[in-house]
Amino acid sequence: MSLPKISQVAGRGVYVPGDDVDTDRVIPARYMKCITFDGLGEYAFYDERFDASGRPKPHPINDPKYAGATILLAGRNFGCGSSREHAPQALYRHGFRAILAESFAEIFFGNSITLGMPCLVMDGHDIRALAALIEGAPQTGLNINLLSGRVSLADVTFPAELPDHAKEVLIDGKWDAIADLLEGLDAVKSTAAKLPYIQAA
Amino acid sequence: MGKTLFDKIWAAHTVRQLPNGMTQLLIGTHLIHEVTSPQAFGMLRDLKLPVLYPQRTFATVDHIVPTDEREEPFSDSLADAMIKELRKNCDESGIKFFDIASGKQGIVHIVGPEQGITQPGTTIACGDSHTSTHGAFGAIAFGIGTSQVRDVLATQTMALQKPKVRRIEVNGKLAPGVYAKDVILHIIRKLGVNGGLGYAYEYAGSTFDHFTQEERMTVCNMSIEGGARVGYVNPDQTTFDYLRGRPYAPAQADYDVAVARWKSFASDPDAKYDDIVKYDAADIGPTVTWGINPGQAIFIDEKIPSPEELPEKDRSTAEEAYAHMKLRPGQPIKGTKIDVAFLGSCTNARISDLQEVARYLQGKKIKVGVKGIVVPGSQGVAALAESMGLADIFRNAGFEWRGAGCSMCLGMNPDKLIGDQLCASSSNRNFKGRQGSPTGRTVLMSPLMVAAAAVTGQISDAREVFGLS
Ligand code: SF4
Repeated sequence: MSLPKISQVAGRGVYVPGDDVDTDRVIPARYMKCITFDGLGEYAFYDERFDASGRPKPHPINDPKYAGATILLAGRNFGCGSSREHAPQALYRHGFRAILAESFAEIFFGNSITLGMPCLVMDGHDIRALAALIEGAPQTGLNINLLSGRVSLADVTFPAELPDHAKEVLIDGKWDAIADLLEGLDAVKSTAAKLPYIQAA
Repeated sequence: MGKTLFDKIWAAHTVRQLPNGMTQLLIGTHLIHEVTSPQAFGMLRDLKLPVLYPQRTFATVDHIVPTDEREEPFSDSLADAMIKELRKNCDESGIKFFDIASGKQGIVHIVGPEQGITQPGTTIACGDSHTSTHGAFGAIAFGIGTSQVRDVLATQTMALQKPKVRRIEVNGKLAPGVYAKDVILHIIRKLGVNGGLGYAYEYAGSTFDHFTQEERMTVCNMSIEGGARVGYVNPDQTTFDYLRGRPYAPAQADYDVAVARWKSFASDPDAKYDDIVKYDAADIGPTVTWGINPGQAIFIDEKIPSPEELPEKDRSTAEEAYAHMKLRPGQPIKGTKIDVAFLGSCTNARISDLQEVARYLQGKKIKVGVKGIVVPGSQGVAALAESMGLADIFRNAGFEWRGAGCSMCLGMNPDKLIGDQLCASSSNRNFKGRQGSPTGRTVLMSPLMVAAAAVTGQISDAREVFGLS
């Protein structure tokens, strides 16, 4: 299984402010009634973007100015709550290819990396400063460089961090662990053989 | 230097170091349900991979099952497709499925312990963040995403980064009317909803030593609300007694061998921790949330904090919370009118929860105009509650007595809040929209506090309503 090597992401940005944005907000539970992830993209942030009768509400993602943005900017503890991969899947299928936030919930972070969607941590002031620049020039693309840990927009650059292990797997095109895990099957069997509760079954 | 339970289980289950520095960890027990597994089976089919150890995966159906009309086909065709897909996947792969007809169906985190599948010294994974519940048995239990469900099905392992371990000690005796739910809400309030990022939580101290197995589950359940993916209690006699005689627990001679092994996993007295915090049980009171995350919590007799009283980083979320909850800073939370009382979820829908509430609810009626529903955590709990006469106590009090499932904990089945209804809830999440209505409002609390709110029609102090002291 060969995956693309992701060392940079380029695209336009959109800022969705707010801290502790949980997975129920990213994808309301009622849209998780599905047996495939196809089609989840249109329900990303649904309740924030549409009212009860399905009419669009003012929301950055509904704003034509930011249409086609592929980089999401967010606040602190983004993606907290559930382990549902539906959340990063919905964002990915909506078109996002990277997220910049002040911090991420752990399971959300891991799930996103597994999809090849880098989640980088930035200082809160920098995020807001970057968001202001985007607001002023929504058509200008951002460039995220995973190797140097920098995000730039035109001639302005901010630091954006990714933990080493995540950086490595993305850059090496090994962000989906399954191939590595399958290579270890013999070792899996010998480890399992030493654990009585696994053998008993 | 001694080792923690976490270190010992991690070492026993380490398969190898992966080239990227992560650990390939063996997952001894895998639990699945209908929401996060179908896509994983789909991925396996695409990769043409079989399930490696089908006898180590156990399934049940919980999130989408209706709690009233349970005959198939379900009226919701999507829900119906999900249960059928799970049934088919289990059949094809040889996975044990606790289906509705088995009489053993229920919320996955209630079924695992009840069946004796959840055991000390093991690793457990499930595509659900409340998998931390199983840590109450001295297991390391991880909530995982669907791609990892696929990884575990195909390889019985996953790639993980070892977290740090924080010991959270609570000592002393809880006052009457204060429960395990209050303990964990208090811990989250103190450490914050992301205080546990990168940590596994070890809950210890005399309060936990005296807790029943079910109380320990309530606490471990909400580790994730505090940002910790894993939470556990060291296994002891309480744990071993709970497991004895359960269908999947080792029987007879094997049981004694297993107990000796289980004991060996407990943290050593001189174990080294990355962090230690301590609380006094006597300082904890009945706790309720006022906001839109579980850390926004106060004692029942406190006032809703104003922004100035909060650390600056919490202020913007607080503003959002006042607006969503339609509550004002400086107001007491007590006396807030409720519309719905929900007793259920993997946090608090076990038999001991229902017993404790029934004890005080007997002979009382819920307030006219309040919708009260009791959703037992499993068919096992439901049957036990019927035979003990608890179900009748709830029915006589005016509660609807339902079939087992997640129900209004997240509103993926027909049980949902309507409009901006306010719900006194024994569940674990008060996020906006969590209970099925985007404008619905959730106030988290212990089961007895839910009953007190149901009886009075407003958020109340259960100690006053039921005369506890
Ligand atoms: S009861 Fe609620 S928290 Fe528990 S598994 Fe079901 S939906 Fe998740």
